[in-house]
Amino acid sequence: MIHDANTWFAERLSDHGIVTSYLEDHHPAAMPCLQVRRLDWANVAEEARRHQMRFVSLWAAEAGAHDEKALYAYMAFAHPEHRHVLLRTDLNQNDPALQDIGRHYVAAVRMQRSLQDMFGIRVEGLADTRQWLKHEHWPDDAHPMRRDFPATTRMQESDGEYAFIRAEGDGVYEYPVGPVHAGIIEPGHFRFHAVGEKILNMEERLGYVHKGVEKRFEGLTAAEGVRLAGRISGDSTVAHAWAFCQACENAAYLELPAYAVTLRAILCERERMANHIGDIGAICNDGGFAFMHVQMQRLREEMARMHRDIFGHRLLMDLIVPGGVACRLSSETAAVLAEDSRRMAAEVEQLRSIYADHPSIQERVIGSGTVSVEDATSVGLLGYAGRASGVYADERVEEAYPPYDKLNVRVPRGEFGDVATRVWVRFEEVAESARLICELLQALPEGAERVEFNAPEAGISGFDAIEGWRGEIAAWVRFGRNGVIDRYAVRDPSEINWLGLELAVREVPVPDFPLNNKSFNCSYSGNDL
Amino acid sequence: MIGLFTKIIQTGKRAEALGEAEHATELLGEQLGAAIRKKFQGSLAIREVDAGSCNGCELEIIAANNCYYDLERFGVHFVPSPRFADMLLVTGPVTRNMETALKMTYEATPNPKLVVAAGDCAINCGVFGKDHYAIAGSVADIIPVDAVIHGCPPTPTDIIRGILQAIEA
Repeated sequence: MIHDANTWFAERLSDHGIVTSYLEDHHPAAMPCLQVRRLDWANVAEEARRHQMRFVSLWAAEAGAHDEKALYAYMAFAHPEHRHVLLRTDLNQNDPALQDIGRHYVAAVRMQRSLQDMFGIRVEGLADTRQWLKHEHWPDDAHPMRRDFPATTRMQESDGEYAFIRAEGDGVYEYPVGPVHAGIIEPGHFRFHAVGEKILNMEERLGYVHKGVEKRFEGLTAAEGVRLAGRISGDSTVAHAWAFCQACENAAYLELPAYAVTLRAILCERERMANHIGDIGAICNDGGFAFMHVQMQRLREEMARMHRDIFGHRLLMDLIVPGGVACRLSSETAAVLAEDSRRMAAEVEQLRSIYADHPSIQERVIGSGTVSVEDATSVGLLGYAGRASGVYADERVEEAYPPYDKLNVRVPRGEFGDVATRVWVRFEEVAESARLICELLQALPEGAERVEFNAPEAGISGFDAIEGWRGEIAAWVRFGRNGVIDRYAVRDPSEINWLGLELAVREVPVPDFPLNNKSFNCSYSGNDL
Repeated sequence: MIGLFTKIIQTGKRAEALGEAEHATELLGEQLGAAIRKKFQGSLAIREVDAGSCNGCELEIIAANNCYYDLERFGVHFVPSPRFADMLLVTGPVTRNMETALKMTYEATPNPKLVVAAGDCAINCGVFGKDHYAIAGSVADIIPVDAVIHGCPPTPTDIIRGILQAIEA
């Protein structure tokens, strides 16, 4: 797993007179972390944009156990050929300020707002300075991610009002929805401006399910942390547990046996299938096509039962652990799982032809909620939302972490960017995941399912990017003294894809909003953390 | 269209006697249906409220409505507003940011009303922990609770059993 250092971006920056230094206490070297001067922060982002890099994430961390003085800001970018690169700069702890990168990467704006909320970092030149995760009733001086803010603090109630975007003019009306929604779904607030039945603008106000997950990780061992990671977004439990474990394993330079990574991928692909199947049904249901909904929920239930019988958990929770997996397949169960995956794919294919032949649903999905290739690229949409709009980032191909380094993952490439294309991508991915599962099961390697995980020394950090069913999950972990985590920063794909929904629903009739919302199906819990 | 009807006929009826679903013996659904007929004139309206869950519980509550469990056949239906609900089914540790919304939903539900806390987080905040700046508490810390459903997440059968317990209590 010890790759050569990736120096591509450092060289590009050096061409422009930006000095970087390579951090030795960060792994893996193929996804390096470069220290840059605070003054160069926005220039680095500008260079990344010029080199057509994708914005991955932005986070901050108080200095680790090894140097106690600083507060650091981090950002990460990815290039299809030159992989991920992390940048770090140190901030003045007493008056932390950072240059805005939102004018180069719009997806960074909400993350910068979160930095203001959680760390009290002032972002200079930030276009939108409203609070994000921190709601109005929190005290102004509460910055929960700072070390001098104990996790157990009971905050005082405070007053305030969120300044929603306003729209004025003849016939414009405002339409507040949530946080408690009409269906069995997560809470969040949507503020619609509509003229007639067309949406003029939709603004999201999230943060309702902010559970302080990142603070909660502090002081946990990796074995304790993975249970929490598996509940960042319950529908992505496998992918989040994998992202967390692999970040820890990268930090510790731990190479896993082939059996363990193969099983992780099988679990992750099953999770992808189950979620796509459930969502296709739900999208059709929102379009009034109950038949597909009933059929797809039936298939999803059959998958859940298969998972209960083979792995002991309907949603596949707590199966991935630091150092490997907590399950094994016998030759019989492997055959059953392969057969089931094949059968699911075949049934979905049959249902797809019925869906394609049904004009009343086709009329709803075709052309509804279009995101242009240009917008999708500018936001950096991930997963199926990106793949429907010409952005084809897939970490199974770009990072090709094991076992995907030995597989040829076919990524569906859509361009039209409407609900129909997002559904098409999901149909394609169900078939592809089934194929991958069968391929992996056919050549199930020998060996242990788990090796011992030993936490690295204090101050060592690790990064990785895992392709969950929603898209790339970027995870960064740093260990402190006594083998416990002192910071875990994770970026769920929803944090970026929520912006895609706002773009998609402009000019869409209000009744088609649920259809569009479901076609993105972003996680509230994964966004709010 | 012919494909659609063929698929419906091929699929057949998948709704099962509850309990069979999880290899249990009691016929939970029968009891539930009888209790709802007796106490709710055949119709129990439930408003689901996610007060901070990871969405795992939501997946299983949705599953309790799929064709295998088919809760509707016993008179249970999930409604879009608390204003015409008999029961609130609440998931998640209650976050500080959802505390007010949960209280308002409770207030908006007409009396008499039942509250069921579904999932370990709703009961004791689960992995997210009680003593935490972002967590207001378990569901019972915020509104009165009549019954609880254990599990992370509870299975659809657990959920149905929990609803039955709440209306029989």
